[in-house]
Amino acid sequence: MSQITAQKASDGAASHLPWYRRLFRVQEFGILLVLIAMILIFSVMTDGRFLTPVNIQNILLNFSWTAIAAFGATMVIITAGIDLSAGSVMALTGLATAMMLSRDHSPFLGPNGEASVPLVIIAIVVGLAIGALCGSINGILITKARLPPFIATLGMMQIARGITYGWAQGWPVQNLPQNFMVLGRHNIPVGTFNLPFPSLLMLLLAVMAWLFLTRTVWGYHIFAVGGNIQAARLSGINTSRVRIMVYTLAGLLAGAGGILLSARLGVAAPTAAQGYELDVIAAVVVGGTSTVGGEGSILGTVIGAAIMGALRTGLNLVGVQAYWLPAAQGAIIIGAITLDQWFRRRQGQRGGLSRLFRRRSA
Amino acid sequence: MEQTATIQNTETQKGEPMLQVRQLVKRFGGLTAVNKVDLDVYPGEVVGLVGDNAAGKSTLIKCISGVYQPEEGEIYFEGRRVHFSRPIEARDAHIETIYQDLALAGNLNVGANIFMGREIKKHYLGGLVRILDEALMLKESQKLLERLKINIPDFTQEIEVLSGGQRQAVAIARAVYWQARLMIMDEPTNNLGVVEQRQVLTLVRELREQGVPVILISHTLPDVFAVTDRIVVLHRGRKVTEKKTSETDSQEIVQYMVGALDDSRES
Repeated sequence: MSQITAQKASDGAASHLPWYRRLFRVQEFGILLVLIAMILIFSVMTDGRFLTPVNIQNILLNFSWTAIAAFGATMVIITAGIDLSAGSVMALTGLATAMMLSRDHSPFLGPNGEASVPLVIIAIVVGLAIGALCGSINGILITKARLPPFIATLGMMQIARGITYGWAQGWPVQNLPQNFMVLGRHNIPVGTFNLPFPSLLMLLLAVMAWLFLTRTVWGYHIFAVGGNIQAARLSGINTSRVRIMVYTLAGLLAGAGGILLSARLGVAAPTAAQGYELDVIAAVVVGGTSTVGGEGSILGTVIGAAIMGALRTGLNLVGVQAYWLPAAQGAIIIGAITLDQWFRRRQGQRGGLSRLFRRRSA
Repeated sequence: MEQTATIQNTETQKGEPMLQVRQLVKRFGGLTAVNKVDLDVYPGEVVGLVGDNAAGKSTLIKCISGVYQPEEGEIYFEGRRVHFSRPIEARDAHIETIYQDLALAGNLNVGANIFMGREIKKHYLGGLVRILDEALMLKESQKLLERLKINIPDFTQEIEVLSGGQRQAVAIARAVYWQARLMIMDEPTNNLGVVEQRQVLTLVRELREQGVPVILISHTLPDVFAVTDRIVVLHRGRKVTEKKTSETDSQEIVQYMVGALDDSRES
C-alpha cells in the first residue's frame, strides 16, 4: 500500500537509551526524590529519631487509609474525573460497620455482647457495600444524569456526611469489639520489623490496583477514556460502564479505608475523615497523576501518600505545632508538582516518563 | 478473533449495492439534520459526500456507523437490514469509520490504539480474569504497519507525539486490520501537509482497488475530484444531487452546495 511517512517523530524512543537514562525518564522519579530528600532532612533534624522502626511504623500506619482511598481516586482522576466524596464515604462506611458491632447500638448484640467473627465479617461486607453503593451512585449521576463529576461528588460528600451525622445523632459510636479493632491495631512481624496490618493491606491493595490498571482490559479502558473519551466511545468501549466502575471502585476503596480507620481508632465519629477527600486528592496529584486525565500510576500515588504521611510525622517530631501542618502540606503539594513539571519538561515529551510503570510499553 | 490483516474482496455482486440507505431521517429536537436521504454505495467505489457546514454529512455517516440512531428510514448492508445501536455493532459488521480528529487516544501507543475496544486478551480462571496480551498486540501492529509501508519509528510511542499524517495512517491501518468492508472517512485530509494529503488519497485509491468501498467526506473539492467515482451533495439535510465525478465539475458542485441548484426540487 501507499507509503505514509512523516518526519521522524520527535526525540525517538526511550528504549534506545541505556537503563540509567531511562530511569531518569520515569514519571515517579521526581517525587521519589522529594520523598528521599524529606526523609533525609527530617532524619538530620531529629538526630535519626525519624528513621527508628517505631516511627517508620507510625508513618506507614498514618497514610494507609489515605493511600487505600487514593488508589480509587487515582483511577477516577485518570478518567479526568474527581471524587470529592471520599472523606464522607469513609466516615459513613466506618459508622455503618461500627453500628453493627458496637455494644451500645448493634441490633444483633445485647448490652454486654461481644460480636462474633462472622458478625464482624458481615459488618465489614455491609460497610464495603455501602461504600460501593455511594460510588456507583456517583458514577450513575455522572454518566446517566450527565452531571459534572465535581458536582455529583460534591453532593454525595454532603449527603453521606449528613447521613452519618443523622444516623449517629452527632455522637461517636464506641465500644467496638476486640476482634474488629484488631484489624487496625495488629502488627505483622516482618523479620524484626512490625508491619501494621492496615499497611500490609495497603501494600496488597496497591499491587492489586497496579495489576488491574496496567494488565487488564478494564485498566486499559480507563486510560483510553481519560485520553480521549470520544475516541474510546467510537471504538466501541462502553465509556459509561467504565466510568461507573471507576467511581464504584473509588467508593469501595474509600469504604475499606474508613473501616480500617474506625478499627484503628476504636470509635466511629460522625466527624471522622473530615477533609480527607483533599488529602486523598493531594496524594494522587503529588504522585504525578494528571488531573486532565489519561495519565497516572498507583506507584506514584503510594509515594504521594507517603510524602504527605512523612511530612505530618516529621513536622511533629521536629516540634512544629500541629496548627501549622496544613500550611506545610499546601507548600508540599505546590512544591512537589512544580518540581515534577520541571522534571517532565526537562525530559521532553510526557510519554517517555512513564515507561517502567505504566501500561503503554511492552 | 480475526487476525489476518488481509482486505477481503467482497463476495457481493458488482451490481448489488454494498450499502443502501433509504429515506433516512434524523432529528435533533426541532431540527431535521438528515431529511429523507437515499444513498447507495457499490463495491469498489469511492463516493464523495460533500456539502456546506451543517448540511448533515457527519450526521448521516454517524447514523451509518451506529453513533446515532435514525428516527426513520432503513439501512441495508450487504443485502441485510441493519440496526446499529452502538458503534461497536457497526464495527462488528466491518463498517470502519475514521472520524476527523477524534479517532485516537493521544495518551496510548500505536498498538493500543489499533486494538482499542477490541483488545487481545489472555483468559485465566475460565475467563474470570482477562489479562491483556500486550506483546501480541504490538507484534500484530508492527506486522500491519510494515505491510502497509507505514513508517513510524517507534510504535510503542504515544499517538500524541506523532505527526498528523502518521496519526491518520494509524487510523487507516486500524480500519484495514479489522477488515473493513466499508470505510467511512470524515475529512481525512484535514490538518495535513500537502505531501501527507496526497499519501492519504493514494491509500483511498488502493482501498478501492481492493474492492473496499469508501465514503469520503471532505470540504476540499480538489481532493474529492481526485479520488471519487461519484459525488453526493447534501444541503440542509437533503440530498440535492448525485453525479458521476466524470460528468461534473467543481463549479457545478459548489452551486449545489450553496443551494443554487437543487435536483430534488425540480423532480
